[in-house]
Amino acid sequence: MLAVDGVSKRFGGLMAVDSATLSLQPGGIVGLIGPNGAGKTTLFSMISGFVAPTDGRIRFDGTDITAEEPHRRAERGIGRTFQIVQPFAGLTVCENIAVGAYLRHAKRADATAKARDVARRVGLGAELDRPAGGLTVAGRKRLELARALATEPKLLLLDEVLAGLNPSEIRDIIPVIRGIRDEGVTILMIEHVMQAVMNLCERVYVLAQGRMIAEGPPAVVCADARVIEAYLGHGAAARLKAEGAAHG
Amino acid sequence: MTARDLIPIGVLTVLAALLPLVVTSSPVLNFLVFMLIVALGAQGWNILGGFGGQFSFGHAAFFGTGAYVTAILQLRYGVNAWAGLVLAVAAGAAVGWVIGFLSFRSGLRGSYFALVTLAFAEVFRILANAASFTGGAAGLLIKLDVRAANLQFDDRAVFYWLVLAFVAAVLLLTRWIQRSRFGAQLVAVRENEDAAKALGVNSLTVKLRAIALSGGVTALSGCLYAQYFLYIDANIAYGSWISVELLLAPIIGGVGTVFGPVVGALTLHGLGEVAKQFAGRIPGIDLIVFGGVLVLAVAFARGGILGLLERLSDRGRGMVTRGPKEVSHAGR
Repeated sequence: MLAVDGVSKRFGGLMAVDSATLSLQPGGIVGLIGPNGAGKTTLFSMISGFVAPTDGRIRFDGTDITAEEPHRRAERGIGRTFQIVQPFAGLTVCENIAVGAYLRHAKRADATAKARDVARRVGLGAELDRPAGGLTVAGRKRLELARALATEPKLLLLDEVLAGLNPSEIRDIIPVIRGIRDEGVTILMIEHVMQAVMNLCERVYVLAQGRMIAEGPPAVVCADARVIEAYLGHGAAARLKAEGAAHG
Repeated sequence: MTARDLIPIGVLTVLAALLPLVVTSSPVLNFLVFMLIVALGAQGWNILGGFGGQFSFGHAAFFGTGAYVTAILQLRYGVNAWAGLVLAVAAGAAVGWVIGFLSFRSGLRGSYFALVTLAFAEVFRILANAASFTGGAAGLLIKLDVRAANLQFDDRAVFYWLVLAFVAAVLLLTRWIQRSRFGAQLVAVRENEDAAKALGVNSLTVKLRAIALSGGVTALSGCLYAQYFLYIDANIAYGSWISVELLLAPIIGGVGTVFGPVVGALTLHGLGEVAKQFAGRIPGIDLIVFGGVLVLAVAFARGGILGLLERLSDRGRGMVTRGPKEVSHAGR
């Protein structure tokens, strides 16, 4: 459903993303991992339309959307969350989510009903009338998720929704994400919490220094020498192997 | 909109409409009409600045356009004053759309947008002051011909009711905005434009609609000003005094609220008049009061008078003061 084809982004002298290619089939959860500064968020921003690629094409459901505005992509069914949460701080939780729901429901009553429904699903049912600015970090992450869900996306881009959460909060939110997938929403997630990646993703892409260096099931990818070196430095894979052999 | 949304507007309008039956002194009616004209213009500002978060420092551009279009159509083309009113609103909306298109499309926000609106208003003022078409520095005098068909009334109370009806209509319009998808999207753009875009909000369209509505409403107040005083010149119609009045009233009353602009205009001009009564010999004493009230509002009532009342009533009910509310106002 999503085909990212040789997409690059250059910021001045820095090649943030260097001809990255990625393709998603409908259904399932795919991870996008990589060390800090690898260009993951930039790639997300290009898929959701906030950053224009220097080169390459992006297709969604067969249509070329490379030059489309973010709101048009949201209409097509691409929802995203922001790594740095962006609540409408002056509005209540319910009003926040309703902005997303208004995309497919013109009437206030329908949008509000949809917002309440989504809020309950992500576990914000008790906080509907609280100002969004007063939520905890975990609450804000849930709000990001809820707003994106309220637009009824076909493809959901989750940018580190687990970052900053404690282990018990992560345990609480993982079933929510799985539930979203079970309803037929395709999910592409950037994540640093490897336990969650292993747990949730059927397939992962690894981005390092702007290049896509590996792709496959999480267990296979994590054993890949290039991936280990990308995270731990040159020669790390060989060292680990040698140490493993010595201990084994 | 539900009955609960409409009743306060209805009750206040009826109460205000009864006022001329009690008060018949012309200075007081004069004051009320002028105050309502400012309130109407401020309601226009509030649609864009309050709900949309796009602070304009140059709403005189719309006020003056309304005033000049009305006057010029009558004087130069013999157009009926009521038709002139409709065309003035249309012209205000069009000017709003054009200014909005030029500035929003280039991504101007915050102080940059404010400066551009100020520049537009000043350019209009200078042009209107120079061109003979607009009467130049001598201004335009609308012919005194007191007939309802000419939008001139010998009874001040009738004009008061007319302006009040428009204010009430815009109160309804604002309430509708608050309860509509358009309003939710406009507020979302104010709070966080990128987040709004990600949720499918076409922020350019939303802002353009807001500035066109805003320009239309403020042009209406300019048109009524011209019809009431029957004289305008560039420094009145496009002067920065009106830009300042139109943004002070909502900020004092409660920015982004339905009643804020009206409450603010009433408070400012009420206090200004009182000050003039006590210290009439000091010229500009009302402006000093405006400044003082603004300082007090910024320091102690970020949400304006209505925000302050809401907080006090929350406290009265024994609720804990909500910290996040403060955060949200500071962010505006």
